[in-house]
Amino acid sequence: MKRGPIIYVPRDSGALSVGAESVAQAIAAEALLRGIEIQLVRNGSRGMYWLEPLVEVALTPGGRRDGFGPVRRDDVASLFEAGFHTGAATAAGASSHPLALGPVDQIPYLASQQRLTFARVGIVDPVSVADYEAHGGWRGLQAALSLDPMAIVEHVVTSGLRGRGGAAFPTGIKWRTVAGASGPQKYIVANADEGDSGTFSDRMVMEGDPFMLIEGMIIAGLAVGATQGYIYLRSEYPHAHAVLNQAIAAATVKGYLGGNILGSGRDFHLEVRLGAGAYICGEETALLESLEGKRGMVRPKPPLPAIEGLFGRPTVVNNVITLASVPFILGEGGAAYRDYGEGRSRGTLPLQLAGNIKHGGLVERAFGITLRELLYDYGGGSRSGRPIRAVQVGGPLGAYLPAAQFDTPIDYEAFLGIDAMLGHGGIVVFDDTVDMARMARYAMEFCAIESCGKCTPCRIGSTRGVEVVDKIVAGKERAANTALLRDLCDTMVGGSLCALGGMTPYPVLSALNHFPEDFAKS
Amino acid sequence: MPRLLPPGTKMPVRQEPATASVTAAVASAVDRHKDRPGALLPILHDVQQALGHVPEDAVPEIAQALNLSRAEVHGVVTFYHDFRSTPPGRVVIKVCRAESCQAVGGDALVAHIKQRLGVDFHGTTADGHFSLEPVYCLGNCALSPALVIGGEIHGRVTPERLDALLQAARGSA
Repeated sequence: MKRGPIIYVPRDSGALSVGAESVAQAIAAEALLRGIEIQLVRNGSRGMYWLEPLVEVALTPGGRRDGFGPVRRDDVASLFEAGFHTGAATAAGASSHPLALGPVDQIPYLASQQRLTFARVGIVDPVSVADYEAHGGWRGLQAALSLDPMAIVEHVVTSGLRGRGGAAFPTGIKWRTVAGASGPQKYIVANADEGDSGTFSDRMVMEGDPFMLIEGMIIAGLAVGATQGYIYLRSEYPHAHAVLNQAIAAATVKGYLGGNILGSGRDFHLEVRLGAGAYICGEETALLESLEGKRGMVRPKPPLPAIEGLFGRPTVVNNVITLASVPFILGEGGAAYRDYGEGRSRGTLPLQLAGNIKHGGLVERAFGITLRELLYDYGGGSRSGRPIRAVQVGGPLGAYLPAAQFDTPIDYEAFLGIDAMLGHGGIVVFDDTVDMARMARYAMEFCAIESCGKCTPCRIGSTRGVEVVDKIVAGKERAANTALLRDLCDTMVGGSLCALGGMTPYPVLSALNHFPEDFAKS
Repeated sequence: MPRLLPPGTKMPVRQEPATASVTAAVASAVDRHKDRPGALLPILHDVQQALGHVPEDAVPEIAQALNLSRAEVHGVVTFYHDFRSTPPGRVVIKVCRAESCQAVGGDALVAHIKQRLGVDFHGTTADGHFSLEPVYCLGNCALSPALVIGGEIHGRVTPERLDALLQAARGSA
């Protein structure tokens, strides 16, 4: 029987990047030195990254969790001195430690969120099946096992869930297509190639609550008749890789994965495959090529992956967050999810505040919240303290928005209405020192570096784009070259095979349209 | 018109035979993965893990094991940024160049590190200590700018902190 206070130190790679590992080691060493029995749990992150490493203490299992952060290695002795492991450090008065934050779930940033998908992230031990069960895990799977496949699909259709990777395609419709396709083998592929700058929600789920993704994939398999799943994970996420492999092994031991899952007579096998540093492999057809062991070259569509996907078989390719939303939908019913959100954007979106922002992190809210609320109420403005001049929403293919558009609600259609996109929900903040012509040039440069080379507008257009931006900035025939840049963007939008070439013009043109003065400095 | 070789003729192999360590690394990787569908990427990852890079003389061996052409394997090796055909320095540094890091001084950090190491991206220092690679997002965007040194991720990196990290990495490797 384990005893003593439970002390949580995240194993999330964001927390590790600011010293969580050495804090965890210091806490273990200090406890040993003082002869204090503690239970150290390596949880995921709560998504309040400015407080990382955020150490939490619960005196009893399931009891109140008091937070301390950001904790450095050198703070550990003083935390013990103040009695953080006995509750003394959070009592009001002189004994309170300067890093004490009080009960973590009462911090306004967290308390005001609507965490359906992130309900357990940062709370549970990510590789403990028992912890997952104790916090409502597997309820969606239990429900799915009692339903017939089409009824599972209908729950997802009812929920209004749309692809969270960026394309926002209705998930239920995709599943219905794969369920209706025939073939000796079907596949479920989780797209965990989260390459967009400003995004980390997939990573947080995989590092903080991997069983939720696994459960979502099993449910998808039951719904469409697939018995094999792959998680295509980017190689930049080694910590997620380790957690996923631990979680898959644990779920297999408990009978949730493998043959005859939970005695149901149904099989589902799951494996993680690593990418190799290619942004384009986040595009679903390039991803499938890569999984097949080939160059990540985009395939023309049709055929859709739902009909001819991995190894030519019907395949569901869904983003991590999409699949991770499914256990809630099956557990609570499609209507419970649909009740959040507005218009055709149903449910919640885990938004990620990044770049030059004071309180960077994960904010899961129902659709309808405005960009301004996210930037100022949650984000607290820029980290530098200077005015926010532009934000890029939706990754490197997303538009740059000026302050005049900050009242736009988080809603797929509202963003389309201003020539922007929500993408995977990443919001990168820039202050007034940003040079938008430089950002436009970078968008073209990135496209040139990451283009798979299959179609000409993307492969050649991106390189020509860099050159034309350079000419405009240098003041060479500025009017003519600006017209040329717009024309080039038009060709890329209309003529590219996939979103890389087809949407690189969004950041370029939005920079040009909203911040023309940056292109005319010389 | 070029003369066609009669069917069944073996193409001459131009490369020198692979060294024993390469052959062993390839054999062990192939052994682990050859029965998995789409085995090439897992094999390449394992070979690079074992040798630090995917040497050119590994390519024909992998091709033969998977019944692929050398061109196909070469094509895959060169497509992905992760795979390198030359050995890296003892410590690989990957600096994020993406937007979120640019928003908080990423470009200045990149310039600083290039100046400190005296190499550009994809370069290795003359003493073979450090290799410098760009990376496009480490998923640590709430704690930008970010980089990886010898497999360890670091966030909110300032030029001063970078100097300290380089110092530590120089000592440990």
